[in-house]
Amino acid sequence: MRLTDHEQAMLAGEFGEPRRRALAQQMMVGRFFDAEDFVEVSQVHLMADTESLGEAGVAWLEALAAFPEEERRVRVPTVTDPRGIDFDAYKRLRQLDSWAALERRTIDAFVAMGVLMTDTCINYQTILPPAHREHVAFGDTGSTIYANSVLGARSNFEGGPAALSAALTGRVPRYGCHLDRGRQGTHRFVVSDRPRTLSDWGALGGVVGRACGSYWTVPVLEGIGGTPTSDELKHFGAALASYGSVPLFHMIGVTPEAHALGDVFEGAAPDPVPLTRADMDAFYDSFGLHEDGVDVVVFAAPQQSLVEMQQIARLLEGRIVDRRTTLIAATSPEVKSACDRMGITATIEAAGGIVLKGVCFYQMYARETGEANGWKRLLTNSAKLVNIIAGYGYEPVLAPMERCIDAACAGRMSR
Amino acid sequence: MSGRVIRGHVGIGPAVTGIALVARDDFSARYDLDRIAGVFSRPVHKLYGESYVGRILVLNTAKGGVATAWMLHEMKARDMAPAALLLNAANPIMAQGAALAELAFVDRFETDITVAIRTGDKVSVDPAAGTVTVLA
Repeated sequence: MRLTDHEQAMLAGEFGEPRRRALAQQMMVGRFFDAEDFVEVSQVHLMADTESLGEAGVAWLEALAAFPEEERRVRVPTVTDPRGIDFDAYKRLRQLDSWAALERRTIDAFVAMGVLMTDTCINYQTILPPAHREHVAFGDTGSTIYANSVLGARSNFEGGPAALSAALTGRVPRYGCHLDRGRQGTHRFVVSDRPRTLSDWGALGGVVGRACGSYWTVPVLEGIGGTPTSDELKHFGAALASYGSVPLFHMIGVTPEAHALGDVFEGAAPDPVPLTRADMDAFYDSFGLHEDGVDVVVFAAPQQSLVEMQQIARLLEGRIVDRRTTLIAATSPEVKSACDRMGITATIEAAGGIVLKGVCFYQMYARETGEANGWKRLLTNSAKLVNIIAGYGYEPVLAPMERCIDAACAGRMSR
Repeated sequence: MSGRVIRGHVGIGPAVTGIALVARDDFSARYDLDRIAGVFSRPVHKLYGESYVGRILVLNTAKGGVATAWMLHEMKARDMAPAALLLNAANPIMAQGAALAELAFVDRFETDITVAIRTGDKVSVDPAAGTVTVLA
């Protein structure tokens, strides 16, 4: 890789050991993907839940945090993805004190490095949305695909250690989504039936993701017919990234790099694949129903926006969640504060629901928490969550928000 | 070292030799594994129930989220990691995770690696050269 004088000095250790190590590790990844040089980034979003980190990862962070302040401090604004524990709720969820202790150690290490503990995967809706053509290092697949596609910013998936390296060096290897050629379309879809609910948008993302199936594919969608809302694009992108490991999509006439087909395809565009209501219905059907009972209903993955929280509260108003079922809504600490102030939390909890902040369901020890609470049959409106959670021992089913809430209050789904 | 040599892109991590565990499926440490037990736990995965610990794990492509970047390091610290990971196509997360964990990792082979290697083959992986040698 071609290094600037500044980067050469960093690699020689002139700015301390943490930055030297970080740059060396970034160069390994850069060489792996044939990056020619680095590109500076303006902000970092860091995924580091303790379930993924484990004791080894936390000890690794603590060793970094023990360096002198001028060596360990992040160079660009750095915010965090959801944590593994909501300290105000973990006992209620029968989670362990040892997990909370690991979480506190992690937070202490990050704070010592100057990281802002935002604990959210919807940073693009709630913290600092990047601007068109801004190079960033985002560390959640949902936040990355939204920033790339909807906002026209530029980021690869930067997993926890890579995002932390970016925070320490202020740059990332330039490959993939940072290059114009990495943002050209590879697959083309024509949508004939516009999704109606957030879970429909997730289902559409899941269908397209399954058809793409690699990080290096860029799906282009036509026929959307009018700009979707931020929450709709959030569910679509999160599912697409989850099923396809895809970091970028274009919607003709909607997203900023795709005014017309010619903007995203060099030469002739590939033949379009038609997508209809039947494809979305088949996606739902692949997860079945929980007619015999629902153990847990989850609104998360991504965390809920203030608008989604209000929708949940309205649907729950004057009703009671069945005693056999637990209802959970997870959001960011900032949105939770707003919900507290606006009475939304009170409405959800009066109905027997649980509002969690700063966590996401699959990042909070889902296997052990499920076993401790007897949760197996899970219902959600998140297409992303149904994809992830089966590996943690759950039987997930996908349904629109209204049906999820009806099932929570009845204790089971009806046909 | 004699054997059938398969060429890929220059990779990451140390040279290792081990026994292959192969499927055409994709891979995510979060979605597919019970990392405590060291087995594939996602019911629809072709390797469901199989132990991957110490094996040369050969799969199609990286999928899903970003957690694998931390998880490979955590698995290796407990001696519960595969010996190497070979994919037809990596994503950034797998490369970042391999760099942190110092796990042998190679991708972009001249042929479909999930066909060229069979479960039970003894395989030698040289990431610096970007080669895999099937020994027996």
